[in-house]
Amino acid sequence: MFDDLDDLYQQVILDHSRSPRNFGVLPGANGRAQGRNPLCGDNVTVFVKMDGDRIDDIRFEGTGCAIAKASASVMTAALKGKTRPEARVLFDHFHEMIKTGQARGEDLGKLSVFAGVHKFPSRVKCAMLCWHALAAALSGRNEPVTTE
Amino acid sequence: MTAKMTTPIAPERAPDWRALRKDFPILSLQVRGRPLIYLDNAATTQKPRAVLDALRDFYEQRNANVHRGVHELSNRATAAYEGARETAARFVNARQTGEIVFTRGATESINLVANTWGARRLQAGDVILLTEMEHHSNIVPWQLLAARTGARLAFLPVTGPEGLLDLSRLDEWLTSEVKLLAFTHVSNTLGTVNPASQLCSMARRKGIVTLVDAAQSTGHRPLDVQEIGCDFLAASGHKMCGPTGIGFLYGRMERLAEMPPWHGGGDMIESVDYHTSTWKQPPHKFEAGTPNIAGAAALAAALEYLDRLGRPAIAAHDAALAAHALEKMSGLGGLRILGPASGRAGVVSFLMDGIHAHDVVTMADHAGVALRGGHHCNQPLMKKLGIESTARASFYFYNTFEEVDRLVEVLREIRRYFSR
Repeated sequence: MFDDLDDLYQQVILDHSRSPRNFGVLPGANGRAQGRNPLCGDNVTVFVKMDGDRIDDIRFEGTGCAIAKASASVMTAALKGKTRPEARVLFDHFHEMIKTGQARGEDLGKLSVFAGVHKFPSRVKCAMLCWHALAAALSGRNEPVTTE
Repeated sequence: MTAKMTTPIAPERAPDWRALRKDFPILSLQVRGRPLIYLDNAATTQKPRAVLDALRDFYEQRNANVHRGVHELSNRATAAYEGARETAARFVNARQTGEIVFTRGATESINLVANTWGARRLQAGDVILLTEMEHHSNIVPWQLLAARTGARLAFLPVTGPEGLLDLSRLDEWLTSEVKLLAFTHVSNTLGTVNPASQLCSMARRKGIVTLVDAAQSTGHRPLDVQEIGCDFLAASGHKMCGPTGIGFLYGRMERLAEMPPWHGGGDMIESVDYHTSTWKQPPHKFEAGTPNIAGAAALAAALEYLDRLGRPAIAAHDAALAAHALEKMSGLGGLRILGPASGRAGVVSFLMDGIHAHDVVTMADHAGVALRGGHHCNQPLMKKLGIESTARASFYFYNTFEEVDRLVEVLREIRRYFSR
């Protein structure tokens, strides 16, 4: 019945949504921001502990659909140890992939499981929610961001 | 004597629901290669050909502006528009036609009352009493008014797992500070049907003005403003087979008469000088500018269509579909259903263990079933219930028991897919 949904709900995505990595408050975080999707009430807070320009540790918490949760889980796993400029490049590459289905550069790794989301325009915001929160956390703006 | 105990309509007199699906062109659509099963009627309903024809007929045969022309077309347009007002007045059993003000819908109707009656009558220290199950449209206009006037909001509690209003202490809630009681007739999230007459008569006894948000009830069940005894009632056309952008406010004439205008412009004035103007009498006083004439004519066609079917029969069918859904969905397990176990409107909100509402709705969509997922413009209630979002199936008379069965089958498949 749902064969055409396999691009959206890949096994990796379901796994991460069921057992999210890096989930919970990060003690000693020196950056944090909440992302909200006013459409559905979903929210995710991203915590970062920066060591200079390097993301020493990163976690998230919040509630959301399988796509939103898995996206945050895979994102945090991918970003640990990355520098601020590297994170910015990943943001751009991920954003472009979510919009077009095409991955630029070869740095996306596991993040490329979300390429299929571009076929589901109403779910793009779900995948991007944690990334917008990340961008706000890295920029030092501690106010909430929304997908609208 | 036993006749009074039975359902409001004898089964042999109920319309042939399945046959009248052909009145709705959109119901024969295929979505993603599957027959459309439209279960998002609390958001908006589909339109029968009679309504679509009324729109076209207006623009092809009667289009002109209202209340100002001497020419034949303007007379026809005015007759269509004022005729629609009469139809709406009959539909809710208003005492007089002038008690119907056309608006864009229930939201605008509530804003009208807040900005006119509310702005004139409320002051610091007064209380606007709402309930904990209100749609944002019956909260936010009052928040704006409270900020302007210094009045404050209070909320009748929703209690228990069934999501009913707690009326045991209603008398204590109706204090002398309360100037307005505004509540939803039918909850768009819980499916609860509130006892409108009881609430209004208790409020009225204490001199409290009442407003009923009837967006979810007007085209779904018999409704009589005199029997309810409300001062105001807000209705949306698109939630009862009419077009979007047209609805109405019923206002008891003594209330409308004490209200200042809100929108200024053409058609609402008696005479205009450079510095001052005088207004028409209600309802025209509240309808500035060229109104949605075609929409009103098509709304009248919708109301006539509904009354040909009979609202008692529609209510009985809605309720039977909801009861069928409750029974079948309870059998699935791992599913939490919000709202009352019985006596509910055709609205069933639910949560599936471990599967977010948006995933449920995306997957149902791929099976051709249109559901709604989210907070249903009911964020404060959701927070109170400790949930972020639900999936919701909402029914209307053109839905069938087979469609409900299909919904349940799809939910079973979603569970299977997600646990793979």
